[in-house]
Amino acid sequence: MTIRTLTAAALAATALTASLAATGGTALAADPVKLIDVIELSGPGAPAGTNWKNGVDLAVSEINAKGGILGRPIAVTHYDSQTNPGATRAAVQRAVDEDAYVVLGPIFSGPISASMQITQRAAVPQIVGGEASAFTKQGNPYIFRTSLNQADAMPKLANYLRDEVKAKSVAVVWVNNDFGKGGRDSMIPELQKRGIQVAADIPTESGQADFAADAIKVKNANADAIFVYLNEEESARFLRSARQQGIAKPIVGETTLLGAKVIELAGEAANGVKGHVGLLVDAPKPGFAVFGKKYRDTYGFTSDHNGIKGYTAVYTVKTITERVGKFDREAFAKTLHGARIDVAQEPGILIDTKWLENGDVDRESFLVEVTDGKPVVKATLPMINP
Amino acid sequence: MDQFLQLIVAGLATGAIYALAAIGFTLVWQTSQTINFAQGEFVMLPAILVLVGTHAGLPVWAAFAVASIAFVLLFGFGFKRFLVEPMQRHGVLPLAIATMALSVLVKEAAKNGFSAEAQPFPSLVPDGMLSLWGAALSARDLAIVVVAVVAIVGLQLFITRTRTGRTMQATAQNPTVARILGIPVERMILLTFLINAVLALVASYLVSPVYLAKFSNGESIGLAAFIAAIVGGFNQIRGALAGGFLIGLIDNLTAAYVSSAYRTAVPLVVLVVVILVKPEGLLGRKEERTV
Repeated sequence: MTIRTLTAAALAATALTASLAATGGTALAADPVKLIDVIELSGPGAPAGTNWKNGVDLAVSEINAKGGILGRPIAVTHYDSQTNPGATRAAVQRAVDEDAYVVLGPIFSGPISASMQITQRAAVPQIVGGEASAFTKQGNPYIFRTSLNQADAMPKLANYLRDEVKAKSVAVVWVNNDFGKGGRDSMIPELQKRGIQVAADIPTESGQADFAADAIKVKNANADAIFVYLNEEESARFLRSARQQGIAKPIVGETTLLGAKVIELAGEAANGVKGHVGLLVDAPKPGFAVFGKKYRDTYGFTSDHNGIKGYTAVYTVKTITERVGKFDREAFAKTLHGARIDVAQEPGILIDTKWLENGDVDRESFLVEVTDGKPVVKATLPMINP
Repeated sequence: MDQFLQLIVAGLATGAIYALAAIGFTLVWQTSQTINFAQGEFVMLPAILVLVGTHAGLPVWAAFAVASIAFVLLFGFGFKRFLVEPMQRHGVLPLAIATMALSVLVKEAAKNGFSAEAQPFPSLVPDGMLSLWGAALSARDLAIVVVAVVAIVGLQLFITRTRTGRTMQATAQNPTVARILGIPVERMILLTFLINAVLALVASYLVSPVYLAKFSNGESIGLAAFIAAIVGGFNQIRGALAGGFLIGLIDNLTAAYVSSAYRTAVPLVVLVVVILVKPEGLLGRKEERTV
């Protein structure tokens, strides 16, 4: 081998290294981009997690069919968080170790709070489904929501209780976890500000099966309305117990209580339930209808709000990455803060959405009532900060 | 007062389910001197089997029929024949561990083979309210109490008033002597396991419309029934019955007057007190063994 040949080989190697560095130093252009979804596939969060996972898979298959993100297909891996903070931490750590571009999930607020420091330390963006207000107050620049912060939703619901339900007193039933306690702590001051008396304040346990005693307490509190803030399965069990105990007062809730899974599980006991919903396949937005049909055709049942969250999370990754123009986690996080994605630009986002500087989202939302086993939208509420 | 009466009825309904499962602990203890740690899963599974049937396209009544027969065969006959008999000769501990393994197997099979999510389950009892002593009470709660009490009283009458029942008792008390007296001991033990399966079946069909059918339902029911059996007296059916109702009442009254957070803790406190004060259980019989 001559000196000239060796020099040419060295130059070629240098050029190859430089081109790799330009693409992020991690992969060739056609290599899959790795999304790792840490989600509740068992435990009390399984209904929510299953919907989310299906939404993620649907979005990934659509995006890959159209050439992926910046020419790279998405490879998604799902890890079961078991609705358990310890298992979630382990799965998120694994996702970081496996070099995830973005971590998706989980949904339950307790596991999010327990695991989000791992992605923050590794500077990996994490797009979650939680509603508890606490985790976007901690200055973590890598955490982003797909649903409204409960602190933004509760004033809307309190207005609804005062203006539409005309309630002077409300019994509050909540689940004693980060999600439920956050909702209760946001709601009670909002009720009091509006002169609505809290007739009963009833904590319940995550995974609780028997709600007879709670329903009896609610019934005897004799409030004008009942505000229920529980997770999916517990919501359905409470509604069944409330019906069993003959509760006839309006039952009002936020997003979860009016979800498709809760309506399916509660059966007739869900009829008449009212409330505020952030995302709903039956909402009057064309994108929701298209998504709802695709989801039903693919999985054989109706998506709840978590299916929409999973779906839009992947489209958020796609849109923001395309805005950045490369796979750069730090630039992704910076771009998503303050970003707005409209359906006109990316139909997969389903509803115009804006991200605030703390990772919260702002978008239109809906007042809904369950009639004959179906959620019926009664009114559309505007964005808080359009 | 209305609230208290409603809580008592709801507590009795919860307790009736615990009692049905607790009697299973007692029956298996009496015949094989072991604890069936899969008893909670025995209550969870029949509802899942019914849903497997309805998802396969069977009408609801047929799904109930097929699931009931399959469950009693598998977890009455099959449990005795393929798990208890082979393991019993190795002692009580291996058998107890084998039932723990069965518990995990059944739970995971229901989760992975059917669904990790809760599912709605058809109710055999309609919703409605009945007015009793001025209080509006849940018709379903009352129905659960009635069905469970009828099942338990029927069992008690069968055991104490029929020849077969008395031979079952004799087998439970001393199988060696029963065998000498010409009692078909194996057949009596099998009958006990079949009865246990039927009671679990009844509990499953009563509780699943409210709790929803889910693979993990057996955990809480199994634990509560186990506590109920110990509190009432592990070696007496009437003890399991009393223990079940007592734990159900404590459970509901704790949730209403203390907090839901303590509803599983307070029965455990009761358990500790009973073990310290009356180790054989409230209605149990003292047993002595020669070493």
